Amino acid sequence: MQVLFLILAAVALISGVLVVIQVNPVRSALYLILNFFTVAGIYLLAHAEFIAAIQVIVYAGAIMVLFLFVIMLLNLRQPEEGGEKQHLAQKISGAALAGVTALLVIYTCTRINLGPAKEMVPGFGSTEAVARSLFTDYLLPFEVTSVLLLVALIGAVILARARLD
Amino acid sequence: MVVPLIYYIALSSALFAIGVIGVLIRRNAIIIFMCIEMMLNAVNLSLVGFADHYQAIDGQMFVFFVMTVAAAEVAVGLALIVAIFRNKATVNVDELNLMKW
Repeated sequence: MQVLFLILAAVALISGVLVVIQVNPVRSALYLILNFFTVAGIYLLAHAEFIAAIQVIVYAGAIMVLFLFVIMLLNLRQPEEGGEKQHLAQKISGAALAGVTALLVIYTCTRINLGPAKEMVPGFGSTEAVARSLFTDYLLPFEVTSVLLLVALIGAVILARARLD
Repeated sequence: MVVPLIYYIALSSALFAIGVIGVLIRRNAIIIFMCIEMMLNAVNLSLVGFADHYQAIDGQMFVFFVMTVAAAEVAVGLALIVAIFRNKATVNVDELNLMKW
């Protein structure tokens, strides 16, 4: 299982780096889909079957189709940046800062005591267990979510339709 | 046999850092947006890892809600990008300095 995790993690990291360094946005989007699939595989290893299915359907399916759709719609042909040099110092310092922060987080987590892993509960992460929690403890947030999606839907329609002058 | 929690935290931190780097070094608004999605995904990964470690379903509930917010955010954000592109014919964030002081 650890071997599987490490393989999936390696693919996730490589595809993540490729998302950032690709010049063509379509290729970035395709590598991001690969990244989402590997993360879904890791969810399966972590006994989160329902979340893995949602990850594939919502992220790799719906959200990335939306991204590809917009990329095709805008039909971006021009090279991204003219002044490559003027940003170089910013880029290096930004990348260094992000890397150092991530290493500090990992180092801190190795130093603190995270407690022992609990015994595996039967059926943990199954659709049944998730639904039971969703419709009892988290019923109100679940209902509010529908309002959020409605607001986003209306907002997206109005923004994409109106001419901002 | 079981994957240690620190592996999840390390992978999550690394993916988050890659997302941050992408936001900081790229100038294409769509790619910046994709990197934000990757950062949300990295946080979800650590939540799932913790939920598995402590066998608490609440972590997976949080992932569910984060995904909902991400979907809403993508819909609005891409609509904004389309609206901006129709006005200025660019998605390069260096040229979008209307609100810059």
